[in-house]
Amino acid sequence: MQPEAYVAHHFPNLRQQEHAARLGMWLFLATEILLFSGLFTGYSVYRFLYSEGFEQASRLLNTTLGTVNTLVLITSSLTVAMAHHFSHQGRGKTAAVLLFVTLLFAAAFLVIKGFEWTSDFHEGLLPGRFFTSTEVSATGGPMFFTLYFLMTGLHGIHVIVGMVVLCVLMIQCWIGKYDHGYATPVELGGMYWHLVDLVWIFLYPLLYLI
Amino acid sequence: MSPSLATTPPAPPAEPVYNPRNYLNAEAGIASWLLTRDHKRIGIMYFVGTTMAFALGGLFAMLIRIELLTPGPTIMSAMSYNRMFTLHGVVMIFIFMIPAIPGIFGNFLLPIMVGARDVAFPKLNLLSFYLWAAGAIIALYGMIHGGADTGWTFYTPYSTTTVTKVVPILLGAFVIGFSSILTGLNFIVTTHTLRAPGISWMKMPLFVWSIYATSVIQILATPVLGITLLLVAFEHAFGWGVFDPALGGDPILFQHMFWFYSHPAVYIMVLPAMAVISEVIQAAARKNIFGYRAVAFSSLGIAFVGFFTWGHHMFTSGQSTLDAGVFGVLSMFVGIFTAIKVFNWTATLYKGAVRFTTPFAYFLGFMFFLVFGGMTGIALATVSLDVHWQDTYFVVAHFHFIMVGGVIMAWLAAIHYWWPKMFGRLYSEGWGLVSAVLIILGFNATFIPQFLLGNSGMPRRYYSYPERFWPLNVASTAGASLLAFGFAIIAIYLAISLKWGKVAGPNPWGSRGYEWGTLSPPPPENFLEQPVFDRPPHDYSEELPGMEVTHAT
Repeated sequence: MQPEAYVAHHFPNLRQQEHAARLGMWLFLATEILLFSGLFTGYSVYRFLYSEGFEQASRLLNTTLGTVNTLVLITSSLTVAMAHHFSHQGRGKTAAVLLFVTLLFAAAFLVIKGFEWTSDFHEGLLPGRFFTSTEVSATGGPMFFTLYFLMTGLHGIHVIVGMVVLCVLMIQCWIGKYDHGYATPVELGGMYWHLVDLVWIFLYPLLYLI
Repeated sequence: MSPSLATTPPAPPAEPVYNPRNYLNAEAGIASWLLTRDHKRIGIMYFVGTTMAFALGGLFAMLIRIELLTPGPTIMSAMSYNRMFTLHGVVMIFIFMIPAIPGIFGNFLLPIMVGARDVAFPKLNLLSFYLWAAGAIIALYGMIHGGADTGWTFYTPYSTTTVTKVVPILLGAFVIGFSSILTGLNFIVTTHTLRAPGISWMKMPLFVWSIYATSVIQILATPVLGITLLLVAFEHAFGWGVFDPALGGDPILFQHMFWFYSHPAVYIMVLPAMAVISEVIQAAARKNIFGYRAVAFSSLGIAFVGFFTWGHHMFTSGQSTLDAGVFGVLSMFVGIFTAIKVFNWTATLYKGAVRFTTPFAYFLGFMFFLVFGGMTGIALATVSLDVHWQDTYFVVAHFHFIMVGGVIMAWLAAIHYWWPKMFGRLYSEGWGLVSAVLIILGFNATFIPQFLLGNSGMPRRYYSYPERFWPLNVASTAGASLLAFGFAIIAIYLAISLKWGKVAGPNPWGSRGYEWGTLSPPPPENFLEQPVFDRPPHDYSEELPGMEVTHAT
């Protein structure tokens, strides 16, 4: 199959079609950032209002698990980038294996996150009116955990969506769909995964470190 | 040099032809519509859908006006009245006005105007229509099962504690937001990547420029609304306290986040209206636009400045004086960019050869509402004046003039101007002008009394009012009835035109917009062969072959 076979009827050539797909993906990523920006704005405002309470609440999170998760996600970005590289060279099987490794990292991230959440539940570190912990003396503890669960929850949904996308791409790579000089979907899926990673890189210091 | 017109008798004008193989009849059956990826068919589906939403929103409006006909209770309880004005706002803004012009005319015309066969992502385009439909159905479900009484602004903490069905309505608006984002994304990518050879950025029709500016706002502002509405729905359902002062939340934060979208949303509505007007005025005056670049860039200017004006909705919410002043001045900048357009449109008429058609009548209505509504907007952006008018009918009349007046006039102008292109048939010009006059008069009769009511202190959203406000309320309701009557006439003659209208031919207006170069209705892939774009759009400076006016001898 020639790369030209992938050109849709309304595009004059493949190069232009790939350009359009890439531009569309960048714009979509911009909307994703703005979706998160609402929560980041809320975080900034309440951090300013309740800086003491946020600092105390932040110390109750498990920094070790958060750091491990950060490393896991950054490594998964490396493997997805390598998958993209090999799919462009027509080595679909190698790309599929790398995507599988990425999926393992993603699953590991969610499992670790699940452990964290479970221990938070047990300690009463819950959002809003469900907050029962006595560890935070200043006001703002419940609000910190409202934002913590909203932000990590929305990010978690994005991880799951990303896993579905990567899973589909993995199967397509394995059966050789991208072995003929057209691998834009792998590239786009990779871009989405990098965004998921990038959002976490902002969440990690805001929630765990400062 | 053409042979002398005096010696060669002009050829008799050919009968206009109805394109026999067009996008409407290329495929048959209901599935061919529901699964279509043709941007023109998707545009027609938006036409049907948004017009139904408009009728529903209009019905709510009429019920509100009938209720306000007398000072006390007239036809409904106070609770029903609260639901009515909420649903009127939600339906008109989210389900009708935001998708209407981009959904119908952006979809139908933008690819044709850039010489493309379709938008960049046809499947995504169909998906955004279905997201719109799904959002509308979810919101409709909420309306039937209890409605909401928060007003379309969903201000917290009331919206998070009300017992009405606010959650499905919030989710409906959230889903429609996704539709809006995907449409904007599609248009931006189409404009960047699918312009035909010959159409440089400075040769794009002004319609495309303005829709492009709209799309930028759609993709940058709508996600913020999405997360905000989700947070309100979340809080209503689970009580996590993001905006609840009892739990340390800040309701003012909600207002900031809401208006960060909802003020630019005004330009999501009005920029497509300006897009339409820029096309209609050139065809009606048979003259190139005055100051193409100024009109094109002022669209981007409005899109840019529109992001920094949201605070003018919050002058009385405890904002600092400095903030209020800065937001007030920035809001007035929008007036500068709008004035650039208004002056350029007016200058286009100078020495033009104006044909007083129905679209031109709506152009005049648009200019009146835009200028009058815009000037009251400048007044409202002045902090000291706004404190007097905040939450009165003056504000209601202002935004109905500029948003609704502007958008409805442009929407009707667009329907009348592009109807022959979309369906290949003409409507009755006489009835068109009659209903245009009715609607423009009716609109003024509805909302000028509301300016006066607001100025003398009648608050918005109140169920009853003292007797001294009675006469002006009666006038307003009378105007609304006139409006409804005008719309009914339009619906009738357009329905007649679909089947029995005179065949229009490719270009009944003698317009030189790119879209008039193809057949009416257009073939499935817009052009039978790739057209050559060797002149700017609406270039009336030279006679085109086959388009010369016949000279009297």
